[in-house]
Amino acid sequence: MAPAAPMGRGGSRAAPAAAAPPWHVLPDEVWEHAFSFLPADSDRGAAAAACRSWLRAERRSRRRLAVANCYAASPQDAVDRFPAVRAVEVKGKPHFADFGLVPPAWGAAAAPWVAAAADGWPLLEEISFKRMVVTDDCLEMIAASFRNFQVLRLVSCEGFSTAGLAAIAAGCRNLRELDLQENEIEDCSIHWLSLFPESFTSLVTLNFSCLEGDVNITVLERLVTRCHNLKTLKLNNAIPLDKLANLLRKAPQIVELGTGRFSADYHPDLFSKLEAAFAGCKSLRRLSGAWDAVPEYLPAFYCVCDGLTSLNLSYTTVRGPELIKFISRCKKLQLLWVMDLIEDRGLAVVASSCNKLQELRVFPSAPFDAAEQVSLTERGLVDVSASCPMLESVLYFCRRMTNEALITIAKNRPNFTCFRLCIIEPHTPDYTTHQPLDAGFSAIVESCKGLRRLSVSGLLTDIVFKSIGAHADRLEMLSIAFAGNSDLGLHYILSGCKSLKKLEIRDCPFGDKPLLANAAKLETMRSLWMSTCSLTLGACRQLARKMPRLSVEVMNDPRRRCPLDSLTDESPVETLYVYRTIAGPRFDTPACVQIV
Amino acid sequence: MSVETERSSTESSAASGLDFEDTALTLTLRLPGSAPAPAPAAVASLSSSSSSAFPDADRKRASSDTDPDRSSPLAASSDAAPAPKARVVGWPPVRSYRKNALADVAGSSKANQAAKFVKVAVDGAPYLRKVDLQAYAGYDQLLRALQDKFFSHFTIRKFADDERKLVDAVNGTEYVPTYEDKDGDWMLVGDVPWK
Repeated sequence: MAPAAPMGRGGSRAAPAAAAPPWHVLPDEVWEHAFSFLPADSDRGAAAAACRSWLRAERRSRRRLAVANCYAASPQDAVDRFPAVRAVEVKGKPHFADFGLVPPAWGAAAAPWVAAAADGWPLLEEISFKRMVVTDDCLEMIAASFRNFQVLRLVSCEGFSTAGLAAIAAGCRNLRELDLQENEIEDCSIHWLSLFPESFTSLVTLNFSCLEGDVNITVLERLVTRCHNLKTLKLNNAIPLDKLANLLRKAPQIVELGTGRFSADYHPDLFSKLEAAFAGCKSLRRLSGAWDAVPEYLPAFYCVCDGLTSLNLSYTTVRGPELIKFISRCKKLQLLWVMDLIEDRGLAVVASSCNKLQELRVFPSAPFDAAEQVSLTERGLVDVSASCPMLESVLYFCRRMTNEALITIAKNRPNFTCFRLCIIEPHTPDYTTHQPLDAGFSAIVESCKGLRRLSVSGLLTDIVFKSIGAHADRLEMLSIAFAGNSDLGLHYILSGCKSLKKLEIRDCPFGDKPLLANAAKLETMRSLWMSTCSLTLGACRQLARKMPRLSVEVMNDPRRRCPLDSLTDESPVETLYVYRTIAGPRFDTPACVQIV
Repeated sequence: MSVETERSSTESSAASGLDFEDTALTLTLRLPGSAPAPAPAAVASLSSSSSSAFPDADRKRASSDTDPDRSSPLAASSDAAPAPKARVVGWPPVRSYRKNALADVAGSSKANQAAKFVKVAVDGAPYLRKVDLQAYAGYDQLLRALQDKFFSHFTIRKFADDERKLVDAVNGTEYVPTYEDKDGDWMLVGDVPWK
């Protein structure tokens, strides 16, 4: 870097004895302060790549670290490089683990991360784990190792029980957030809630909605009463309705509420109690819960509808006019998650009432039942995308779609950033023309220039992948299932899609050639998943040889017990998971997973 | 005691490949010493095991009307009826958490899926009840439902070796959930994975 002229006084004054130093030798603290204004990790990473002094300043001042793949680097690497981290997020298993495609005991243990953090980051305040195996020992170590621990977020994790939660409750004196989302938690019948000491009042977020067992309501009430800053409370199914009313009276400042199981026989007294309790919650903005067919109680919520910005009814079986009436009163909604029981006519009402909608997710109520019972079609999505100008994120499960609908949607909403369409039956064509849905999805990627996430479904040929490869410049994550007709499809994707980070493919006729031809692309991506495609072991071996900085994992059919070395190059590979890593091959694979 | 021998016999028998799909199930709560009534192929029973004996033991009996044509995606045994449509693993992409929750919810609403009803018999109760096995995602939930249905004064106590018992808090009697599988063996509830 060429030395710049001294700033400030310059040479026009006499004797610049106190001239300002050249800008590039400013002390590290100044750079650290400058970097603190860069919110995005990618910007900080870019700054760190500029020169050595910036690298030094940036890494020493990094407070928040997100490790998107727990095997991309070792925990020790992370601690060594960023010694001042206060908040860490680590993600483990690949996304398709959510749907049962990853064998049990695959890996993603949180223990090495907790151990390294306990050693190298004693001031750690926040931990988020997603799709990882977290044991009770991990939770005990967290409670014991970090004096100022404040935030624990576990999403889609497993391996721990209420005993681990008890350790957190008892040990983390400054805990602000305990956020448990969709985890598998074993119930040891330990009253973990009562282990928060009476002096403990710092809780801001408490989410135990995924817990199966009972909780002591009295203890919960006392906890809620003394935590005056509680803003988010998400209950589990064990809390009955009348107790909910009591809790709300003790926490009227609540902003986000998960009601747990909201079902009881109708009693006018209980209704009035609930209505009064909700009327007191003037700050309530986000609502969720598992509501079982109690339309009679919905009007108790009417007083909060005006203020609601987020509504998650995706576990609600209420249908028909009561549901629609309720949603139509929520004019400020920005986020709506709902079951397909809302049907097209319900979505039409959403379209006309909820003009501020930004995110819509429609989940299937009967995903495994082929009989058509619910009248939710492409019509609903077309209506919403036509009338909601701020809509940018969609997840939509339906049973039929047309190219025309997709083209209309693309024209109406070029501002989509996330478009995930799941037509439930594989290989479903346009139901009016019986053509593949290539034209429709092509329209989406051509129109939505900011698209970052896309899931395609229905009958699709290689043509759609040519469009995606050519037009989806900002696309970071792409999910493909039961689509394409030849190697060309995969080749289009890997040779295009400039920003692609994660690619997950299942049940497509993609083979070895495009994989090997685009091997270098894989190092620019975070990971690639291919299951039930047409890959052979030989190609995987070649890929591993060619690209030493990739980890090439092959998952065998669990029925086949023979070791990988004895199999020929021609053997088919059921599942391939490739990711870039600086940590080398991992050593914690189960028997059915092998690193090539 | 007869219950002891009964329990030891169930513990020693290997967990059979219990296929709930095409077997008739009966749940019974029995006191020690009471002989099992002739039952259809598979019987599920809840037997009490505590030392306090009830002289007059009533009996609740359960039998199931399972739909033999319903296919199980995970059935390893080939004697299940051929599925009308083979289910693909992991498709449609619905999270297992949501699948379980849907099963809960479907149990209480007008069910979209065919219900697997099983009669439950409890010693000491005057009549039987029916439970829908489809409505529960695990043994814990099933036991909790049985607790709700029969006695509000029952609690579920879980033991260290993963056995589950229903305990009558009023008089301390323990009821052990058992069932009779298609081989006619009395099995302790909870050994075989739920699905």
